[in-house]
Amino acid sequence: MSERETVEPETTGARARHAGAVTRHPSPKEYVRIAIILAVITALEVVVYYIEAVRDLLIPLLFLFSLIKFTLVVLWFMHLKFDSRTYARFFVMGLAGAITLYLIVLLTFRVFGG
Amino acid sequence: MAQIGRSMDVHVVESEHERTSTGLPHLKLAMWLFLASDCLLFGALISTYVLYRGASRVGPYPAEVFDIPYTSVSSFVLLASSLTMVLALAAIQRGDQGQLRVWLLATAMLGTTFVGGQVFEFTTFADEGLTLTTNLFSTTFYVLTGFHGTHVAVGILMLLTVLALSFAGRLPPERAMTVELVGLYWHFVDVVWIVIFTVVYLIPTGTPGGAQ
Repeated sequence: MSERETVEPETTGARARHAGAVTRHPSPKEYVRIAIILAVITALEVVVYYIEAVRDLLIPLLFLFSLIKFTLVVLWFMHLKFDSRTYARFFVMGLAGAITLYLIVLLTFRVFGG
Repeated sequence: MAQIGRSMDVHVVESEHERTSTGLPHLKLAMWLFLASDCLLFGALISTYVLYRGASRVGPYPAEVFDIPYTSVSSFVLLASSLTMVLALAAIQRGDQGQLRVWLLATAMLGTTFVGGQVFEFTTFADEGLTLTTNLFSTTFYVLTGFHGTHVAVGILMLLTVLALSFAGRLPPERAMTVELVGLYWHFVDVVWIVIFTVVYLIPTGTPGGAQ
């Protein structure tokens, strides 16, 4: 992002507003940039899937690509990078809880043990 | 009133909402809480799929039925719908009802294309002998992707409802939050597919005999 908006919006309306309601969202141009990155990563995922030479690294690579895509969508398209951190805490709480719980379940059933 | 200040890459959005104890709009907080709980739902379904992968004793096996190029196109379609969704949000935040309708309709159409593709995929699999009760792979696969497809279908209904509200003149810029909430749900469906595409389709599995 090259420059930030400095003009604060005017105060209007009878109802009270909160500081948390004022947020900076990416511009349409920035959204398109993120979408292009996501498309490129998806293409890479598919290409890597067909390359025999990286077969041993396939799973780590796929997880890495998936993680990058997940993060980009959540931070930019869902605005967690720009909105109040309270939303992020709520979401991370559920996500971390789910990952922890099901990782324990899968480890209990020795899914990763071969 | 929602207002924006614009710059090259970032715009400032201010939306009105009632005073709350958290200082944040309750609806948005509730949506994030719902999405957090949905992580647990999809976590359970994905874990069950992983738990039983390679455990099927009869075919068809994943490698025999998956069509990666076809599913890749579906993934691109869903990713594109996330872009049109944020463009719809940006449109209502600047008070552009025409653009809002275009992008909402585009998002709904891309979502419908994705669901249509999934229905075609399920039909093809069924023709190849893979039904819900064929083996452990089919059961866990259909339940997981079926739940995701249902989420997409619900999202399409939400998009069409918002579109109808716009045409009825009941979606002024002050109510940009409504579009944002639908957008949050839609992007969540997208991120779930990002995980499903990797775990279910791309990670090799399912050779006959139960080996990974």
